[in-house]
Amino acid sequence: MTENSTRAGTIRTEAVCRHYPMGDSVIRAVDGISLEVGAGEFVALLGSSGSGKSSLLNLIAGLDRPTSGAVIVNGDNLAEMSSEELSRYRRHSVGMVFQAFNLVGTMTLLENVELPMRFAETERGPRLERAREALQRVGLGGRLTHRPSQLSGGEQQRAALARALANRPSLLLADEPTGNLDSHTGNEILDLLHECNERLGMTLLLVTHERSLAERYAERLVFLADGKVVGEQANVPAFQRVAAGGSGKGTAGTQTQEGEQQ
Amino acid sequence: MKADDLVDLAARNLRESMFRNSLTTLGIGVGVASLVAMLSLGIGLQQLADRRLARSGLFDTIVVTSRRSLRGFDRADNRNGVPPAESRPLDEKARAEMARLPNVLEAVPDLRFISEVRYECKPHLAMVAGLPLSARDKDAFDNMQGRFFSSDAAEEAILQIQFADELLGIRQKLGESSSKASGQTQTLIGKELTLRYAERVPSPAAPESKPAEEGGGAGDRSGALKHAPQPPAMAAFSVVPRERKLRIVAVTDQDPEGMRGASGARVFIPLPMVEKLHVMLPSGLRGSEPDFSNVPAYLSLSVRVKSPDRVESVQDAIRKMGFSTFSTLDAARSLRRFFAVLDLFLGIFGSLALAVAALGIVNTLVMAILERRREIGIMKAIGASDGDVKKLFLAEAAVMGLVGGMLGVALGWAMGRLINAGANVYLHRQNLPSEELWAVPWWLVAGAIAFAIVISMISGLYPAARAARLDPVQALHYE
Repeated sequence: MTENSTRAGTIRTEAVCRHYPMGDSVIRAVDGISLEVGAGEFVALLGSSGSGKSSLLNLIAGLDRPTSGAVIVNGDNLAEMSSEELSRYRRHSVGMVFQAFNLVGTMTLLENVELPMRFAETERGPRLERAREALQRVGLGGRLTHRPSQLSGGEQQRAALARALANRPSLLLADEPTGNLDSHTGNEILDLLHECNERLGMTLLLVTHERSLAERYAERLVFLADGKVVGEQANVPAFQRVAAGGSGKGTAGTQTQEGEQQ
Repeated sequence: MKADDLVDLAARNLRESMFRNSLTTLGIGVGVASLVAMLSLGIGLQQLADRRLARSGLFDTIVVTSRRSLRGFDRADNRNGVPPAESRPLDEKARAEMARLPNVLEAVPDLRFISEVRYECKPHLAMVAGLPLSARDKDAFDNMQGRFFSSDAAEEAILQIQFADELLGIRQKLGESSSKASGQTQTLIGKELTLRYAERVPSPAAPESKPAEEGGGAGDRSGALKHAPQPPAMAAFSVVPRERKLRIVAVTDQDPEGMRGASGARVFIPLPMVEKLHVMLPSGLRGSEPDFSNVPAYLSLSVRVKSPDRVESVQDAIRKMGFSTFSTLDAARSLRRFFAVLDLFLGIFGSLALAVAALGIVNTLVMAILERRREIGIMKAIGASDGDVKKLFLAEAAVMGLVGGMLGVALGWAMGRLINAGANVYLHRQNLPSEELWAVPWWLVAGAIAFAIVISMISGLYPAARAARLDPVQALHYE
């Protein structure tokens, strides 16, 4: 797990804090989290709403800057990057999937998937080809010219995933990707995310509040509360247990849970 | 992001809120249209004035006189600091020299003489003047009844309308416009008149040795000229009365000679013909001695210059040759200044509408930012830099400017046409010929579109900067 931290897809946070001033008080959304994620790992960040898991994800995604501490991805400290460098990092190293899908409603699926490649200045020819390919991968090859509003939630999330993959990032960050979907569709999305992690070797960070979802594929569960890590446990993904003939739930391996309420 | 992607995205974003963006673009269009209409009117008026003045011969013509005959011009020359050159006769040699000067189109002698004109056996006394064929293009012939001389040597005449009335025995009431009588003067065209004049025939006994004196004693000569004009006769030539029949081809109600017409010629005949007639000219009596020759000196010459801005240099050159000159160059200069100020004011008024349109762009784009907050957040999350977002909004402003500019030019052109058509209806009612009051040169088209784009982009600066500053995390949470 503690591999060379400069490898593509490695994440290390060092006592990272993100505080928001709110009137006279300060909201400590992320309050000194140190975390290491190896390249190609599938880690689930678990916690109730307001636990700071999304804020942490935004810091790792380079959408936000830490108040203090360091976020080191692929060996570079995001806290020290200029906004131009950060945008380049987001463009090339990170793919994001959101709860609200966040497709551009005025664009077709193909155009949505093309968009990150436009920012990456990919030539039109390869851009279109890769966008089609990505949409095909998520099973939307026949709906290239549809607009997001013409699609079901599951389909929209697939398109969003295709967009996240467009620039072939080393990091895939999913923020409650199944939150707006029924459980069946949610599982399908999770399958796709897992496939990306397995086949493309992307590091996958999944933010969710549903433990069962996290246990399905994640190799490690990290529990957050009030902006702090309150527990961490290795997880044998449920699908592996099923494959191994095991039954029931429960978690194998070392459990280093420090108690959910601190 | 690449420029073509930028424009592509900007255009598709604009298409999304078609109605609002169309209204904004229309606003720019109206602004540009008013600017184009105002400026094209100003330019059109200026061109009209230039055309008129050029055809009137006022601003490209220099009148050259000899220093011997008109002392008044000498004083003007001295004031202008041109050294008084040696005084010399204004003869054919000098004319040819002037015609060879750079930028000179032609140097035409002013030949005129008082003569008896007989029409239907009644004698009339009139000033007869030679008219060069180049005078055909002057505006004095716009309203002429009949046609211009068919050739240099045609035995034809053009009458001034008052003289035509006189020939017909029509007495004009005081204050009555001469053009009112045009119905009757029409009947004169095609009729014949007889010109009776005195021809100067060189006497075989003319002393040819005289030109030898030319080299020396200029001072003596001019002194002699001032105080004691010698009798011209000296048995050097004889005067023979002649008659010539001329066909009336036209009647004009204006003075075709422009500024030269101070002496008011009544009958015009082709200039080369006047030269062939060897009429005994008044100048022949005054200014051709003591170096008397067979070639008579001219009273004055009109030198036509290629363009009004060459007048000054040509004028200087002619003064150095030793002649007095006169032109209305200064009047032309102040006229240009007037039009520059007029254009400026029209431009300012036209720009006001564009300024209002610029506010419309600011408003539209600020609204767009509010509406597209989430979209901006998404773009940033998937890798758009602040610069990309800024450029995208600027590109949207520029596209609106471009489309609005083109629309405005078209609209302004149509407005100009309309103004022109309206003005011409008015001119027709006043029995005046139609005019192009309005001109849209290509630089105005290109300039107006470029100006619209620049104004739009300046208007887009603030919204674009605001969009670029948007925090992606907040923008993504915005519903």
